[in-house]
Amino acid sequence: MIKRLSKYLMPLMAVPVAFALGALGTVKADWPDRPLTMMIPYTAGGASDFQARIVTIPSEDELGQPVAIINRPGAGGQVGWNQFAAGARKDGSELAGYNVPHFIAQSIMHTTQYNKDNLEPVANWGADPAVLIVSRDSQFDTLEDLVEYAKANPGRVTVSGAGQFVGHHIATLQLERAAGIELRYVPTSGGVDAMRFVQGGQSMAGFNNLSDAYRARDRLKILAIADLERDEEFLPDVPTLKERGFDVDDTSVNFRGVMAPQGVPADRLEMLSEAFVNMFNDDRVKRRMSAGGSPLRVMNREETRALWDRQQQTLEQLFEGMEAN
Amino acid sequence: MELLTYLPQVFSGVNILILVLGTIIGLLLGSMPGVSPTMAVALLIPFTFHMDSTAGLILLGVIYASTVAGGAVSAILINIPGAPANIATILDGHPMARNGRATEALHYCFISSGIGGILGVLVLIFFTPPLAELALRFGPSELFWVAILGVTVIGSLGSTSVLKGLIAGAFGIWISLIGFNPILGTERFVFSGHLQGGISIVPALIGLFAIPQVLYMVESAWRGQTGEQFQMEGRSIWQSVRYNLRRVRSLSLGSVVGAVVGLIPGAGGQIAGLLAYDQDKKFSGHPEKYGKGEPDGVIASESANNAMVGSSLVPMFSLGIPGSPTAAVLLGGLLIQGLFPGPDLFTQHASVVWTFLGALLCAQILLMVFGLYISSLSRFVIGIPKEYMAGAVAVLAIFGTYSVQHSFSDVLVMLVLGTGMYFFMRYGFSPGPVVLGIILGPIAEENLLQGLIIAPALDGPMPYFFTGTINLILIGLCVMSIGYSIYSELKIRSRRRAGERAGGAPEA
Repeated sequence: MIKRLSKYLMPLMAVPVAFALGALGTVKADWPDRPLTMMIPYTAGGASDFQARIVTIPSEDELGQPVAIINRPGAGGQVGWNQFAAGARKDGSELAGYNVPHFIAQSIMHTTQYNKDNLEPVANWGADPAVLIVSRDSQFDTLEDLVEYAKANPGRVTVSGAGQFVGHHIATLQLERAAGIELRYVPTSGGVDAMRFVQGGQSMAGFNNLSDAYRARDRLKILAIADLERDEEFLPDVPTLKERGFDVDDTSVNFRGVMAPQGVPADRLEMLSEAFVNMFNDDRVKRRMSAGGSPLRVMNREETRALWDRQQQTLEQLFEGMEAN
Repeated sequence: MELLTYLPQVFSGVNILILVLGTIIGLLLGSMPGVSPTMAVALLIPFTFHMDSTAGLILLGVIYASTVAGGAVSAILINIPGAPANIATILDGHPMARNGRATEALHYCFISSGIGGILGVLVLIFFTPPLAELALRFGPSELFWVAILGVTVIGSLGSTSVLKGLIAGAFGIWISLIGFNPILGTERFVFSGHLQGGISIVPALIGLFAIPQVLYMVESAWRGQTGEQFQMEGRSIWQSVRYNLRRVRSLSLGSVVGAVVGLIPGAGGQIAGLLAYDQDKKFSGHPEKYGKGEPDGVIASESANNAMVGSSLVPMFSLGIPGSPTAAVLLGGLLIQGLFPGPDLFTQHASVVWTFLGALLCAQILLMVFGLYISSLSRFVIGIPKEYMAGAVAVLAIFGTYSVQHSFSDVLVMLVLGTGMYFFMRYGFSPGPVVLGIILGPIAEENLLQGLIIAPALDGPMPYFFTGTINLILIGLCVMSIGYSIYSELKIRSRRRAGERAGGAPEA
């Protein structure tokens, strides 16, 4: 209880300190002057949501204000991001979480109100590669088993994933092309559902987030990881698709981070970027993220901008000639 | 027995404080129209950051259980369900209140909630591993049939005729399609930016139930009528307990249906109360009394929606798959605390989990006790003049709708639906079927689409949807449900004709 109380008293005590700092010419005290919001376009309890809640825990130390998470789920993120791009306040107090490649892929394949050019990256906190999973009692023990079966039975291997044009879908498309096989992708309404499909045998296999698969590793067989290198921290024994001879790169890796709408003053963006990078590197955040098998990859504004640009190009090539149906 | 080993921890310092305060806060939050259990749990997650994991988890679990029970208070007293789970409670709870039996209805509601709730938690404690396996077997085809089973109930939900009920239900299903296709992400029926997010359940529920009530209260206050101001009767709790415990059929049917529906991932507790109410009506010797203030209706629906709470946590604890939307939010709270669902949870974090389960069990008893106490205070709610009540409900409705996802579009949707409902209610339509349509539409649609994507990889859609044990059982239940509705409708009609009772059915 005392700890709780001090949590609330701290801001009160911070007021005189802030004034003193303000007198010294620090801008931090002027803004933000009220809690920030961060819109997550997925349901509460999903990986994007709970990671956002973890990485914003130190916000009162870095920004002097808490960050409130608002969930606005629907259509793989389209509902929330559309509203964000069209209506978010341009003073930097309304932020959103992004998932790359999801939002870039959707802006290419659907008519959306957002694209990488009318949004401003702030910072990136995580990189969650897609892993290929089958249930514990599946007939497939290795990646090769699955590919061989799919060659003999085109279109009969179902692969679940968190939705249309998300990382899992992209990984499925890349594997199909690299291995010359035909899979049947089953989009679900989120990573949790896609995982349920694999565990319950509704789909024969699935691409899912490394973090979710890591936590359910006792009930799954993790066949491969769609990244450039193995994940030495969590799944050192799982091979990459590339080392098994399938030319699949890291396009499907699910990068998570914070963004702002276009039009926020540049100095605020810089300040936010610095504050969020510090938050993501906080020990409390590292400890909690690592416990959940969620890989951290902290990037500042410029690095994130470069990532977005690179992904835009790759995805445009990948989707060339595809219909959104 | 681990439960007994860790039970003393429930009563240690902070935990018991959280347990008691959480129950009271939950009952109060739940009884406010506009605050759903999902929202209450989401609101409290940030508070758990500063607690240890046991205390945080207890807070969330207790709030979940008590908001579901508290939602019945506004359902019974002012005809507005606190949450989708309480829709069925309205059907007989409010007529009971109008007949001057409000205290009695509230007693039954809390006694049944407590009993159903205890059963749900016992299911969670004793049967988690086998039932989690069962929950996993519900795939797209099974969930599609669950949704269809829900649709078969629509017609009998409180409209003046089955046809009007079905029309209202079809309207609900149609407006649930507005927005993005849940699987492929394409837009449908979006004429304005306000509709882009679709019509979500909480704004629709608040609008369809609360706004007509507000307008009705304003109307009668404006005309200088006091309306049918009903009195709260004095009734001894023991009398209610004795009567309630003798309704074995309604209690057991409600608890069992609730516990089973809670297990099914995605279908959730929103339809547990309705399915239980419908089943109870069909098994009853006097189905024509339902909807006019039949205590059995309240008992069945309230025992069901609280039995659902415990069992919706079964697949969540063992597999990380939540059985209801509120359980999904609770899962988020669990993950933030670093507790990861799975069989290890019970061994690695035995102290946390078993203390939580003990607390959840105690919460059911506490909510029964506090609920019964609240029942005797409710007469003050009834005594509030209509014009103040209308104002308070309107404020709560707008506040509640906006705060779900900070969207002004939701408030507009809520007001438009509510105003429309106010006029349609004069023609004998009721809001229950519309809300049920909005709940079931997306479940049916999403699972049908997924089933059609999966089926070609197997043996095609016909065998996929029409074979398999669970599918066949569910199809059988659908057929029986429809058949029995037709049969009982005919029976009631012929009995009515034979008795030559004039006056027609009073509106529900």
